[in-house]
Amino acid sequence: MSAETRSYLPEGLPRPAPAVDGLGAEFWEAARRHELVVQQCRTCEGFQWGPEWICHQCHSYDLGYTKVSGRGVIYSWERVWHPVHPALREGTPYIVVLVELPDAGNVRMAGNLLGDPTQDVVIGGEVEVAFEDRTDGDEPYTLVQWRVVE
Amino acid sequence: MTEDATMRGKTAIVGIGETTYYKRGQSPDPEIKLVLEAIQLAAEDAGIDVREIDGFAAYSNDRNDPPRLATALGTRDLTFSNMFWGGGGGGGSGAVANAIAAVVAGYSKYVVVYRGLAQGQFGRFGQGAQIPVAPGAMAFTAPYGLLSPAQSFAMRIRRFMHEYGAEQSALRAISMASYRHAQSNPRAVMYGRELTEEMYDNSRMIVEPFHLFDCCQENDGAAALIVTSAERAKDMKQKPAWVLSAAQGSDYRQAATAHNAPDYATSNFKTLAPRLYGMAGVGPEDVDVLQSYENFTGGVLMSMVEHGFCEPDEVNDFFTLENFAAPDGKLPLNTSGGNLAECYMHGLELVHEAVRQVRGESTCQVPDVNVSMVTSGPMVQPVSNLILAADRGVDA
Repeated sequence: MSAETRSYLPEGLPRPAPAVDGLGAEFWEAARRHELVVQQCRTCEGFQWGPEWICHQCHSYDLGYTKVSGRGVIYSWERVWHPVHPALREGTPYIVVLVELPDAGNVRMAGNLLGDPTQDVVIGGEVEVAFEDRTDGDEPYTLVQWRVVE
Repeated sequence: MTEDATMRGKTAIVGIGETTYYKRGQSPDPEIKLVLEAIQLAAEDAGIDVREIDGFAAYSNDRNDPPRLATALGTRDLTFSNMFWGGGGGGGSGAVANAIAAVVAGYSKYVVVYRGLAQGQFGRFGQGAQIPVAPGAMAFTAPYGLLSPAQSFAMRIRRFMHEYGAEQSALRAISMASYRHAQSNPRAVMYGRELTEEMYDNSRMIVEPFHLFDCCQENDGAAALIVTSAERAKDMKQKPAWVLSAAQGSDYRQAATAHNAPDYATSNFKTLAPRLYGMAGVGPEDVDVLQSYENFTGGVLMSMVEHGFCEPDEVNDFFTLENFAAPDGKLPLNTSGGNLAECYMHGLELVHEAVRQVRGESTCQVPDVNVSMVTSGPMVQPVSNLILAADRGVDA
């Protein structure tokens, strides 16, 4: 686990926020503390992601967020060349990875793969979380990014 | 399922209408006017007065609501006002299915299924949301530059290609087939613009593995079609395109956010395909011609596998221009040019083409078509599909 001082994508993309009903707030608060958490049911202990108000396995409403190791495996990836947002005009190419978390029921999270945007990406490759603190929004926020484990 | 719980042979598509198809932003007319024109053309094609249409069914949050359309057209008695939930082209066949249901249930006599798009007036699908904050599910993707449909779906395709060793040439064959067929279709926006393998290979990357030509167009225009009962269809102006079956839905937790669908490398047709074939009483081997929604070529790849046209590890052999080219390929595919090369009318133009194939009126006609199939909106939730036929397939 590491902290990023330099931002991977240029400023100007939408910053993350909980849903208007508050769902997901604990995840973004934990990211500010540089902790990776995943929603977990307090009744059946099943993980689920993205967050929901009910456990899809046992239908309990008693859900919490559990800190996990931050180690994951690349499940899929893409390299983006065409900028679909004005903020990305000078920002391509970049890599987005979909990462599976084996210690959280294999839920998946999307993020950028830090480092050279032209690097070879290997499905099945091991990655670890890297927290990227950003100050370009109207309030500071932290993105959950990924880095190849050497 | 009881004998009654089927739509097989109980309805037909009896009229189709389309406006001129334009490049995005080039329609001289407002979107609502395009829709009205398409509905009038469909009524004319069916040989009915447009005021006889009493039901309206649309999808993908179409902006042109039935009360306004019915009022504008002077509809005497609006009996059915329906929207198929979900985005993209997932409702292209689903809206037809809802229209069929309304006719079979006795709500309506003539239901029009329609879709209008004027992206110049209302903004584009292919642009990322330009907003300061991404709340909820969007927070897990947008801040990482995972913004557009192409970017969202490339992730699924990449996983499928990894699992089964599918190659870029399979994607290319889908694009080549659409462009080939558009060269015979004067309605097609890409009419007169041939695509070669070299052009595909050298085209710019949008998001790996999609080249420019793997991605659908964005267009302006409108399309409409009319569904009615078998009883009425028998004596109407056009040869009926009988509906053998239609299905709609979504597999287990496919809409899980942050790309968490448990079965990920899928077009979302695995649960629908057996229902579609089961009701129709046909299998993939009976399909004479296929219109398969191409938001992106990779979606066609997975849709066709999930509808049983080949095994997932056979795609590199099966996906060739030769196999997909009308009139005599093994499975003529997207014979009007489809979303890639005719027009991105959110896949409703694919249903129109399936009807033309049944009538024998396609610009790339396949000989002796009986079973004409459509798959709508791969990778979204929900998706839908449709089987039309020249033979009603039941005792009349």
